Amino acid sequence: MGTSQSVEMQQNFQDLAENTGFSLEQVRNLYKRFKYLAKDEDTLSKASFETISDLAENPIKNQIINAFFDKRNFGNYEKGTVSEISFEQFLTVMSFFRPLGQDVKQEDKEKIRREKLHFLFNMHDKDGSGTITLDEYRRVVEELVSSSGTTESETAKVIADAAMLEVMNVTMEEMGAHDGINFEDFFKILKGFELESRMHVRFLNMDTTTMNCRK
Amino acid sequence: MTARTRFCGGLLRISRALRTVALSLVTGCVFSVHASFGAVHGDNDTSHSSGHGTHTKTHNTTYPATRAFPVLTVNYDHVRKPFEISLWILLASLMKLGFHYIPRVSSVVPESCVLIVVGLLVGGLIRLLGETLPVLDTQLFFLCLLPPIILDAGYFLPTRPFTENLGTILVFAVVGTVWNSFFIGVVLYGVCQIEGEQLAAVDLLACLLFGSIASAVDPVAVLAVFEEIHINELLHILVFGESLLNDAVTVVLYHLFEEFASEGQVTVVDACLGMVCFFVVAFGGILVGTVFGLVAAVTSRFTAHSRVIEPLFVFLYSYMAYLSAEVFHLSGIMALIACGVVMRPYVEANISHKSYTTVKNVLKMWSSVSETLIFIFLGVSTVAGPHSWNWAFVIITIFLCLISRVMGVVGLTFIINKFRMVKLTGKDQFIVAYGGLRGAIAFSLAFLLPSDHFPMKNMFLTAIITLIFFTVFVQGMTIRPLVDLLAVKKKKQTKFTINEEIHSQFINHMLSGIENVCGHYGHHHWRDKLSRFNKYYVKKWLIAGERSQEPQLISFYNKLELKQALLVAESGSAANIGPGLSSAALLSAQSQKQRTVMKNISKEREEEIRKILRANLQKTRQRLHSYNRHTLVLEEEDEWSTVQLRRQRVELEKRMTHYLTVSASGWDSPPVRRARFQSVKSTWPNPVLQLAFLPSTWS
Repeated sequence: MGTSQSVEMQQNFQDLAENTGFSLEQVRNLYKRFKYLAKDEDTLSKASFETISDLAENPIKNQIINAFFDKRNFGNYEKGTVSEISFEQFLTVMSFFRPLGQDVKQEDKEKIRREKLHFLFNMHDKDGSGTITLDEYRRVVEELVSSSGTTESETAKVIADAAMLEVMNVTMEEMGAHDGINFEDFFKILKGFELESRMHVRFLNMDTTTMNCRK
Repeated sequence: MTARTRFCGGLLRISRALRTVALSLVTGCVFSVHASFGAVHGDNDTSHSSGHGTHTKTHNTTYPATRAFPVLTVNYDHVRKPFEISLWILLASLMKLGFHYIPRVSSVVPESCVLIVVGLLVGGLIRLLGETLPVLDTQLFFLCLLPPIILDAGYFLPTRPFTENLGTILVFAVVGTVWNSFFIGVVLYGVCQIEGEQLAAVDLLACLLFGSIASAVDPVAVLAVFEEIHINELLHILVFGESLLNDAVTVVLYHLFEEFASEGQVTVVDACLGMVCFFVVAFGGILVGTVFGLVAAVTSRFTAHSRVIEPLFVFLYSYMAYLSAEVFHLSGIMALIACGVVMRPYVEANISHKSYTTVKNVLKMWSSVSETLIFIFLGVSTVAGPHSWNWAFVIITIFLCLISRVMGVVGLTFIINKFRMVKLTGKDQFIVAYGGLRGAIAFSLAFLLPSDHFPMKNMFLTAIITLIFFTVFVQGMTIRPLVDLLAVKKKKQTKFTINEEIHSQFINHMLSGIENVCGHYGHHHWRDKLSRFNKYYVKKWLIAGERSQEPQLISFYNKLELKQALLVAESGSAANIGPGLSSAALLSAQSQKQRTVMKNISKEREEEIRKILRANLQKTRQRLHSYNRHTLVLEEEDEWSTVQLRRQRVELEKRMTHYLTVSASGWDSPPVRRARFQSVKSTWPNPVLQLAFLPSTWS
């Protein structure tokens, strides 16, 4: 670990910070966490996510993990999934959860909102078709409800149906046309939802002591 | 023609206003008459009874002229106290009624102001008649009038925004109040020293005590004013939460300074003990409340066989929590809030639908009456109380209160914004500062001051009253136009949509997942842990039966369905064709589109829809959020009998098939039916359930 390598890493971090909008300190902390999860390798695989014990209790664990490996979230407009991600891709996915800055203009807010909604949309639309079908939505609801342990799949279907019909109601379009919710509909139904201020994690207070990066 | 109608309208309004004023004066007269009547009859009665005594004594000796058997006697003294109490409550309620019949007044002046004016009038009337005025007895206030309001607030506290902003609220409540007290106290002392003459006698401790009384934002006043202006949730919870939580600080400071003032000297140890006392008071109050809340939840688990007394448990346990906290001089308000918050989710899962309604309605009723009484008594006490007016003191007090509040809010927000995600803008800060109203708690605390230690008590009292009047009248009246002027965000009309609820939960899970990935034990992580603890351990003990297993999404969905079902029932059975007809043309285009949409529902989906309705309409549990005192959200039909439900379902299935097979263009429904359908639709977003409830048996 010569100084040249650390200088190079520093430069890397600087670039990353500028690209994703994190501060240098946050990038460094996240890098340490990345290294801890990857057990000092350079890429993360799905198996390394399984080692996080707290995540196991999360009902939508699989979808979260898949979101990290979904190419659509890397900003390249590609589709499909990868099996391993580098630190840069890890950071890109994390950047969706950056909190809104203090003086953010209205247009920027709209843009950020769209990005975050797109992330959510991608999480639901697993096959990458660009629309959320009734089946996919049903599965979402089932996973949410499944945390209780009781087999309420009937009610889960019912709720998903009602939600879909609600979407229909809001968008006022012919349902038969595209048998699913596309991104514009999604955007419309969650209009009242203050996503940009709710979908964030406080990277502010993170440092290595709270981040459980000890070997 | 229009001029005449306007004239008639104006005349009508004036006559209504006159009617209400006359009503109030009459009731005031009745009051005073009864007061005097009681006094007179007290004498009469005693003389009567003594006469009776002599009568019996002389019975043996002489046989006096027999008094005819009294067919009709008057004995007012017998019922005097309850009668007067009822009369006061009646006056308060009539005032509330009359307030809404004076249209222009009710939109400009907040209710609290009108009530204080009425109190002034009644007080003036009673004084004119030379009777003794009932003063706002502090014991009455703290033990009877305040608890219902606080319980109502605590039970219906919107927990999500409260816990999200808890840090901010605490900072405002604790640090803000301490800052206010010390600033006002110290500067007032300085001013008093400079002023000299009669003010020089006021020492530092008395000033500090006065500062602590004057700095407390009052929940009653804040509730009364803020509920009418409908500002957004964040500001509402900030100001209101602060007014609730600063009770602990006020209690501690008040007792602290009172002790010091009577002792005469302060040591550092005392000051440290004071700080310890604060924590004891605050957490002790919360602990007491939590304990009582849990006991109430456990009790409600076993009330399956005596549903009628369920509401009683809610009230009794909460009141006991308040009283128990007051025994130890802990913060009764915090105990009450804690009890309500802890008790609510479990009790609501256990008690019956009707009991829930009862609890809600009784709480709203009590707190409403309490609030009215408090304001009226405030007015009456103003007329009564011994006053000692000192221009300089009063003016300086008001001025200082304003300044210190503004400085406190701005300074604290500057620090808080570094830790908040959603920053507080200047507009928000202004509303928070401006919304710091003082009220009856300050008055009662001032009234409680022992006058032997505080020779200038009357001056304090006058100053506090003037401060209260100023904040309630000036700030209360102007806050509404200011809110409009500054275009502060108003309260969103929350439509409960399933999609938002689904995504709300989804995002919560996602965020806690991301936090886990980062290894960061943040807000979501703890919230998740708490809800899991709640689900696995607590709910099992506190919720009866299988309801303890129900996930939140399902209960939300049931609630939504039931609400919509009842909405339709109400609108259909009440036969409000009127509004529907007038907007028929407007809605017809929309409904056409709707119909084309619904035409495309495939057969399988139709079958599924029918299964939904069959399955889910059985579950009857309804939970609604109704935080606003003045509007009980519409609901509460009587329970549906399943027979009626089944009959209607058969009917509607017939109709649904018929409806779905007829083409939209050829639809030629009678205007009445279309109107009713549209009136139904306008109150209901969900097309599925609209189909279901096409009113058949009600036409």
